[in-house]
Amino acid sequence: MSVGRVVSYGVPAVIGLALLIGLPQLLDLFVLLQVTLYVVMAILALSLAFVWGYGGILCLGQSAFFGLGAYAYAITAFNIGESSLPVVIAILLPTLFAAALGYLMFYGRISEVYVGVITLTVTLILFNAVNSTASPEYRIGSALIGGYNGLPNVPSLNFPFDPDNTLQPDDVYMVAMATLLIVYFGIRWILRTRFGRVLVAIRENERRVEFIGFDARLHKLAAFALGAGIAGAAGCLFVNWGSYVSPTIFSMIQSAQIIIWVMVGGVGTLIGPILGAVALSWLTAEVGTQHVINADILFGGILIVFVLLVPRGLVPMLTEHVWSRVMQPRRKVAVAAKLAAPGGRA
Amino acid sequence: MTTVPLIETRQLTMNFGGVQAVQNVDFSVAEGELRCLIGPNGAGKSTFFKMLTGQLVPTAGEVRFRGRPISGRQPHEIARLGIGIKTQVPSVFDGLTAHENLWLAASRGKRGRAIDRAVDEAIERLMLRPIADRLVGQLAHGQRQWVELGLVLLTEPVVILLDEPAAGMTDDETTRTAELIHDINRTHALIVVEHDMAFIRKIARAITVFDRGKILVEGPAHRVLSDRRVRDVYLGKRAA
Ligand SMILES: Nc1ncnc2c1ncn2[C@@H]1O[C@H](COP(=O)(O)OP(=O)(O)OP(=O)(O)O)[C@@H](O)[C@H]1O
Ligand SMILES: [Mg+2]
Repeated sequence: MSVGRVVSYGVPAVIGLALLIGLPQLLDLFVLLQVTLYVVMAILALSLAFVWGYGGILCLGQSAFFGLGAYAYAITAFNIGESSLPVVIAILLPTLFAAALGYLMFYGRISEVYVGVITLTVTLILFNAVNSTASPEYRIGSALIGGYNGLPNVPSLNFPFDPDNTLQPDDVYMVAMATLLIVYFGIRWILRTRFGRVLVAIRENERRVEFIGFDARLHKLAAFALGAGIAGAAGCLFVNWGSYVSPTIFSMIQSAQIIIWVMVGGVGTLIGPILGAVALSWLTAEVGTQHVINADILFGGILIVFVLLVPRGLVPMLTEHVWSRVMQPRRKVAVAAKLAAPGGRA
Repeated sequence: MTTVPLIETRQLTMNFGGVQAVQNVDFSVAEGELRCLIGPNGAGKSTFFKMLTGQLVPTAGEVRFRGRPISGRQPHEIARLGIGIKTQVPSVFDGLTAHENLWLAASRGKRGRAIDRAVDEAIERLMLRPIADRLVGQLAHGQRQWVELGLVLLTEPVVILLDEPAAGMTDDETTRTAELIHDINRTHALIVVEHDMAFIRKIARAITVFDRGKILVEGPAHRVLSDRRVRDVYLGKRAA
């Protein structure tokens, strides 16, 4: 392994493990609960960072899979009581749903814009459908779906196959943080495989990928489904964080937030969306407690500022800035050489 | 017994609304052949290529590859059968380096070290060594064409379709491309579309002339190039 690679994997691994083990010792419970939420949102941000930033699929309704994961966990947890199977279902259901949706979209070869429109529509349909199930006849097994009232008192995670031993808030934090690390390093590993490289190539030029002989439709479907599974895992953790889920999880605002996190952090990076999700979730919470300015207006403002001033996002801008600093001396020499060369133009 | 052509089209037709881009074309190319396809702008050459590679599904007629009908198949399936294409507008991965571009093409049919070896060979053959680590989007037009040619070669096709491979190249690059085409033809069949007559003279053996979606003339290079009808369509006159 090269030094560069050791650093690029080692630094986030060390920081991640330090946060995983250290924060429960350092923070009081209230703050740790807040941080858990930010971690969950970071996982959600990574799901879109992968699908959009590397797969080139602009999914405007990533919250659909987040919400499906949350509801799938809640409803099965009420019915089963033990949380192991519900966790699996919370990941599997959005994955399969996305695979079916992806099949229609990618094998139907609809254009990019329509992928955006369809994914947005799907999450709005889910919102309306779940929202209108308030009356008690809407139930799945022993779980009332609850409509706009949502589902309160969702059974929390237990240690695998040990239903009486439920996770405490600091355990939930550690599960969330470990999930974030697994997802982050998992995506980085995928991007190094042939599948990941083909995916990035599809973003660059889908036609040429097909001329080479790879099935672009299948690759996109797989990436889309994988992203949905990650969003589902985030949904499952989200319910456990608040032991509550309501249809607003499917709302347009929720979908828009995910897109903004990724944009602000930097499309085509992983660290960027993580930082974007954490920073903006923190900001939302702060603004919420101070009642000075409406959070949606603030978000809209941030979005506009970034689109106009930092269109590629923070992380690409910062890395480029550092890069140009490092490269500056050499560039000056190159320019000087050009000027000195006969026929060189200023 | 007659041998089965490598590529054969029967009554191949493509209509775009009212435009008949290709009309009832019967065409065939043998294994290992080098065929040139010429014709004025809008004659239907690129559309013809798009049907051979599955980018367009013909309105009527069919394409056969070694006797098997392939029209209607997905582009990646046709690529896997062994039809490679260099498109008229270079189709490469602009955001990746030349090396990464070639790696992708080589990784389709190979594993592990064999990929690196094939990529290295292609870099040598196409003289891409000095620019291997540069982003393809930043390369000069001629260099991008060669990267694309590398992509095509690394998929190890049976037949390669080249749509205006010398377009926008300098004279030196054009000469080099002509040499390359002869070199490639030792192992692959080729169908080459070109407008540059000097280039055609350098490489041509057999020529098919398209005009307004139909085959106008077909035959050995010397005969086709001295045909009056061919001169007329190129000068803008229409053969009676
Ligand atoms: N997608 C399309 N929709 C409508 N018309 C098209 C389409 N593609 C091609 N055509 C028309 O079909 C005809 C043949 O076009 P084609 O690109 O095949 O010509 P060509 O022989 O490759 O020309 P050139 O030498 O300029 O590349 C033209 O009249 C063109 O305008
Ligand atoms: Mg053309």
